[in-house]
Amino acid sequence: MPDVVVIGAGMVGAACAYYAAREGLSVTVVDRASVAGGTTGSGEGNVLVSDKEPGPELDLAVLSCRLWTELAAEAGEPGGFEHEPKGGLVVAESDEVLRALTELAGRQEKSGVATHRVTADELAGYEPHLAPGFAGGVFYPQDAQVQPMLAAARLVRRWPGVELRTGTEVTGLLTERGRVTGVRTGAGDIPAGAVVNAAGVWAGEAAALAGVELPIMPRRGFILVTEPLTARADGRPLVRHKVYTAAYVTNVASDSEGLETSAVVEATQAGTVLIGASRERVGFDRTVSLPVLARLARQAVGLFPVLADVRAIRAYCGFRPYCPDHLPVIGADPRVSGLYHACGHEGAGIGLAPVTGLLIARLLTGAVPELDLAPFRPDRFTGAAA
Amino acid sequence: MTRSEVAYDLAVVGAGPAGLAAAGVAARAGLRVALLDAGARVGGQYFRQPPDGFHATRPGALHHGYARFVRLRDGLGDTDVLLGHRVWAIEPAVGGGFAVHCLKGGRERAATVAATRLLIATGAHDRVLPFPGWDLPGVMTAGGAQALLKGNLVVAGRRVVVAGTGPFLLPVATSLAAAGARVVGVFEAGGRFTLAPRALTRPGKAAEALGYGRLLARHRVPYKGGRAVVAAHGDGELTHVTVARVDAEWRPYQGGHETIRCDTLAVGYGFTPQLDLVAQLGCEIGADAAGVPAARVDRHMRTSAPGVYAAGETTGVGGADLAALEGEIAGRAVVADARGVPAAAHPAAVRTEARRRRLAAFADALLRSYPVRDGWTSWLRDDTLICRCEEVPYGRVKEARDLGAADARSIKLLARPGMGWCQGRICGEAVARLAGEAPGPPRRPIAQPVRLGDLAAMNERTSDDDA
Amino acid sequence: MTGASPYRLVGARPEPGFEIRVDGRPVPVVPGQTVGAALHAAGIRTWRTTRFDGRRRGLFCGIGVCFDCLVTVNGEENLRACLTEARPGDEVTTS
Repeated sequence: MPDVVVIGAGMVGAACAYYAAREGLSVTVVDRASVAGGTTGSGEGNVLVSDKEPGPELDLAVLSCRLWTELAAEAGEPGGFEHEPKGGLVVAESDEVLRALTELAGRQEKSGVATHRVTADELAGYEPHLAPGFAGGVFYPQDAQVQPMLAAARLVRRWPGVELRTGTEVTGLLTERGRVTGVRTGAGDIPAGAVVNAAGVWAGEAAALAGVELPIMPRRGFILVTEPLTARADGRPLVRHKVYTAAYVTNVASDSEGLETSAVVEATQAGTVLIGASRERVGFDRTVSLPVLARLARQAVGLFPVLADVRAIRAYCGFRPYCPDHLPVIGADPRVSGLYHACGHEGAGIGLAPVTGLLIARLLTGAVPELDLAPFRPDRFTGAAA
Repeated sequence: MTRSEVAYDLAVVGAGPAGLAAAGVAARAGLRVALLDAGARVGGQYFRQPPDGFHATRPGALHHGYARFVRLRDGLGDTDVLLGHRVWAIEPAVGGGFAVHCLKGGRERAATVAATRLLIATGAHDRVLPFPGWDLPGVMTAGGAQALLKGNLVVAGRRVVVAGTGPFLLPVATSLAAAGARVVGVFEAGGRFTLAPRALTRPGKAAEALGYGRLLARHRVPYKGGRAVVAAHGDGELTHVTVARVDAEWRPYQGGHETIRCDTLAVGYGFTPQLDLVAQLGCEIGADAAGVPAARVDRHMRTSAPGVYAAGETTGVGGADLAALEGEIAGRAVVADARGVPAAAHPAAVRTEARRRRLAAFADALLRSYPVRDGWTSWLRDDTLICRCEEVPYGRVKEARDLGAADARSIKLLARPGMGWCQGRICGEAVARLAGEAPGPPRRPIAQPVRLGDLAAMNERTSDDDA
Repeated sequence: MTGASPYRLVGARPEPGFEIRVDGRPVPVVPGQTVGAALHAAGIRTWRTTRFDGRRRGLFCGIGVCFDCLVTVNGEENLRACLTEARPGDEVTTS
């Protein structure tokens, strides 16, 4: 019998398994599909501090960025997951936006974020192909990129104490005197000391198996992928960092159900350029929206006019697990003993996965977590609603 | 959604036998019809034509049933034939109908065609299976060799091996031989092509097969069943292939290998319908008799999406005769639906329905006679490329499986097969089979590479829709 | 060879052709032929190198599906040679 069952073999579930096993716990990870088959496999692999207002989520992000660097160093190459600390460049369309961005950067610094002010003249040194006319920007060296599918697959396999069972759907929770004691699956029961709900965008359904409510909803995002670009004479990619406009920060924090787009443009190691990401709440609808793709394209070309002649060859969508207050759910569920949640990270799940796994491992082993978990309490929504 | 005035009653995508037949029927009935094709000339793959610049006096010499093509081509009536139009996306238009987004011409300028109804007749492409050396220059698909010949009057090579499975290998071999290539062998992985039991149902087809037999004999082309090309070799370019005797599951027998010198290999394991557009339109997709995804249609060739019809290989691989007939049926159904009368009421409906059933039964029997057998995976080595675009070797696919990728999609996410230029059109089925799955319907919202500048401009035209 | 040829087979009487240049070297074209067909006919079987392992590529599917035959024509990258009609004066660059 494993000490812990983790529901979900996405990035967050993999990180929970990794850190729990590192502490000596035995872990079984179950997923009804495959490793990294859900939102993990539908995103960009963002590890960002730049897009977060100071507060509990930024505190998570700063620690998680450091953990990602450690994990990448430990994994090494080969066997790694393309961790690329390329940094993020946020550009401002006007002097007014630049003032707001600079002010935000000042506050982010107090949370441990490294920032460099970039004047309008200096922008070309960071991104030679950036459109002219931006008022300036802020460079965030901690922003990084990982190949999230590989990262999830590798981390889940890192320690011998972890068993991965794919194609195994959790259909119920085992309980004893009100305490969760394992999971029921299509392939039999798995008793365990504790259960971690890392079911991503389906975490609300997993919580419901224990009779508790988690208001996690899907927020759809589309990503455009270009043709692989031929190597450039200078050996550098066409786009060197994660580049986006300051409007992105307001979109991330928005509660709107409607469509919001603010293109984040970056090159990948595979030679393609990724253009993400729209945000809209439309349930689990996968119908492709050409106007959304068109808007992403327009914004990307607005940032990098040279992209106008680059072809898009692919578009895909994914569903961010979204909580009403834009904070993840991390911690023991006070309503059901033995049940832990690690979910609701919205678009930040890749970036926040290591810190989430670390904090959950602390709770599972009775150690003191590095951060105050109160803002992430699983029962905060019912309390707030009353 | 794109706002545009409906200009056509019907847009037909694909000017092969199905599309030509449908467009002709609809146009002759008085509908405004646009016939779009990516190619420079009508005909599709089967009736691919050389450029006019050749002034061929016997243009039918490379085609079986050329007279029928001439009838179809000359029967287009007032159809607007839009050649060089590559459709990259179709979406429902505001106020009904569809916006067909195209890239036209060499510079791929964006254009949109609006129509009330759609017929998707996008045909099929060769199905290929990976084997060591299959990405050496000189290895081509059987259809590719045929296209080079029919469409450009270029013979793919001097010394050619034809291999794979299915009856299509025969016309490829005979036309290459007739055009001057030395075809050193045709290797059919399944049993030799025989139609004895089915000759009764399709005497015409049996005669066709016998005709190929005579042609092979005339050009001294050996035709062997139970043989597969299991490796291609060459230093930079193809110089020889290894042909193995294979068992019923296509596993090579020990010691049954021979090396054959050649500069060209034309290889094909049947066909895969091009379903990108029907999938974009949300049409229900089933499977043909070989388990390959194909659009589901009713007996009037209507898909599950209102206003969208499909005909030809899009509905399952069945050959040019069936495709043309399906196109005719679809064209009549479009006319009937446009006029609000029952499609079945057409005087020809009963006759064509009976003929379609007969042809479809024959096509299904062929598909069942030439399935892909699992033993092809035994031809693979760890360094054999599975995905040509992203250069993913079999070893990396196995590694992804070991890492927990339990299905084709996860293998793609972890190891990148199908992520490149062709978007899995070539390797998708192989990856699915390696994952132990039946190949699934495609999900390609961008069916042809499109410049971001063109995408962005589209947005400006429609920005009031999503403001 | 038997003396058979595709031209003889279909009774072709091709118009006067033109030339395109492939890395500066002239290659004959019959009007209407694709860049890929012209190169293949001239014995040029590869015109692209893959970006990871440097493998040589040319025509494979021949009908615009596989993207193996990508070529640069008049400086425009990543055109499918099998679909791109050759025009007088075209400059093809291989990689």
